[in-house]
Amino acid sequence: MSERSQRRLPVPTPETQHFWDGTKRGELLLQRCTECDGVHFPPRPFCPACGHREVEAFAATGRGTLYSYVINHTPNPAFDGPYAIAVVQLDEGPRMMTNIVDCEQTPEALELDMPVEVSYLDASDEITLPLFRPAAPVEGPA
Amino acid sequence: MRADHIAVVGAAETTDLGKTPHISQLGMHADAALNALADAGLTIHDIDGVATAGERPTDIAHYLGIVPRWVDGTSVGGCSFMLHVRHAAAAIAAGLCTTVLITHAESGRSRVGTGRGGGGNRSSLPAQFEAPFGSMGPPTMFTIPVLRYMKDHGLTHEQLANVAVVQREWAGMNPRATFQDPITVDDVLDSRMIAYPFHLLECCLVTDGGGALILTAGERADDFAQPPVYVLGHGESVETPMVSQMEDFSSSRAFKVAGTDAFASSGITHADVDHLMVYDAFAHLPLYGLEDLGFCERGEAGDFVWEGNTRPGGSLPMNTNGGGLSYMHSGMYGMYALQESVRQMRGTAAAQVPGAEVSVALGVGGMFAASGCVVFTNQRPD
Ligand SMILES: [Zn+2]
Repeated sequence: MSERSQRRLPVPTPETQHFWDGTKRGELLLQRCTECDGVHFPPRPFCPACGHREVEAFAATGRGTLYSYVINHTPNPAFDGPYAIAVVQLDEGPRMMTNIVDCEQTPEALELDMPVEVSYLDASDEITLPLFRPAAPVEGPA
Repeated sequence: MRADHIAVVGAAETTDLGKTPHISQLGMHADAALNALADAGLTIHDIDGVATAGERPTDIAHYLGIVPRWVDGTSVGGCSFMLHVRHAAAAIAAGLCTTVLITHAESGRSRVGTGRGGGGNRSSLPAQFEAPFGSMGPPTMFTIPVLRYMKDHGLTHEQLANVAVVQREWAGMNPRATFQDPITVDDVLDSRMIAYPFHLLECCLVTDGGGALILTAGERADDFAQPPVYVLGHGESVETPMVSQMEDFSSSRAFKVAGTDAFASSGITHADVDHLMVYDAFAHLPLYGLEDLGFCERGEAGDFVWEGNTRPGGSLPMNTNGGGLSYMHSGMYGMYALQESVRQMRGTAAAQVPGAEVSVALGVGGMFAASGCVVFTNQRPD
């Protein structure tokens, strides 16, 4: 349970509260512009592609690929040994920083472009963090 | 000479670099400023413009006893001083002030008098969407894009390590460099792992120190104690405070905007550049800089450095003071890159590039968050 208290947890703002409410109930929310269909992250109540002020939140698939990472070897009380700080490429387009769980934290196990899927960590009573774990490749349509 | 040509007429670092617990951060700003004034043959009363980052211009002006009529507190990380040079050039050309002092100092190692900061905002976008995943400062963040670059462009661990090896060669020629003993690629790869794929010797130093510059109109520049170094062109930009959100993990958009504008405003071509400084907080930065400035094609910078082009005697001497990897790195290293460009243009560098007439200094701020680029020359502009 040490993780629950040791991570530096966010304090949501009015513009990001919906995202953190989403992770709490197991949804990874992105936002889509109602004008240009652009999808963006991190959350903001307008479109960074066109400036339109109407955007709608939607639940992402939670699937993506491992885009890049480092394996931090400096001890961190919130983690047990060296750990990867990763960026995943979401299927919907945006990238987000995360950790890769259920996986050895080694260069051999953490293969770039491997498929990953979201896995939630209840880090506190208020905050659930979106982490990712290795996923089986998606099968083509039957 | 065009009225908008500006020159550096004073330049100096703090008296001491490295580990200086006997002096505060503010004290080092003043030490660097007084050294630069002496270098220029000026007094505090000649200064009417103040720019700084890390401290506020108010603190610097008051501490030194300056009455400024122009101030710039642009603070976008380690390249802030490149932006200050650009802003000062515009301000002097516009007649807002005549003589600008730019100061930097940071008690990066000893932390004497560094009260502000501390990252208290847990609601910023980086705090909400990056910090919870265990980032521990620049060694774990600035480095994140590199595996993507390595896979997409075939950069090897040896080529990354070699950047540090070449810079140590330069540092070996600089008596003020923190580390001067030669190292090999194996030494780098055998050094302690900090954040895979980065080893200790691929990460910058953490030291105390500072520097200051004094700029004035180019048409006045012949009246000073030192040979003038003209500011020929410049550029600046910012991209994102979150490294995870940079557009292209193999390229810095801010480098490209700042570099493109610096080359265009100075009217130089790549062949004109005799000396290059690329802010090297970590070993990959010079590779990104070489490509984003257009000295190399995408993915070719590792080979370019491996072939010896940036080492002593090479076609493009780069980071000739030893860089942040071997010379010094207080936290906001951009000032030291500018100081080395000025020394090279004056002909007074420890590892002087013979006959160098054009020097480019490219800075980075934050983790690929910002950039400033300045082109200097010792040749009187038309
Ligand atoms: Zn839009």
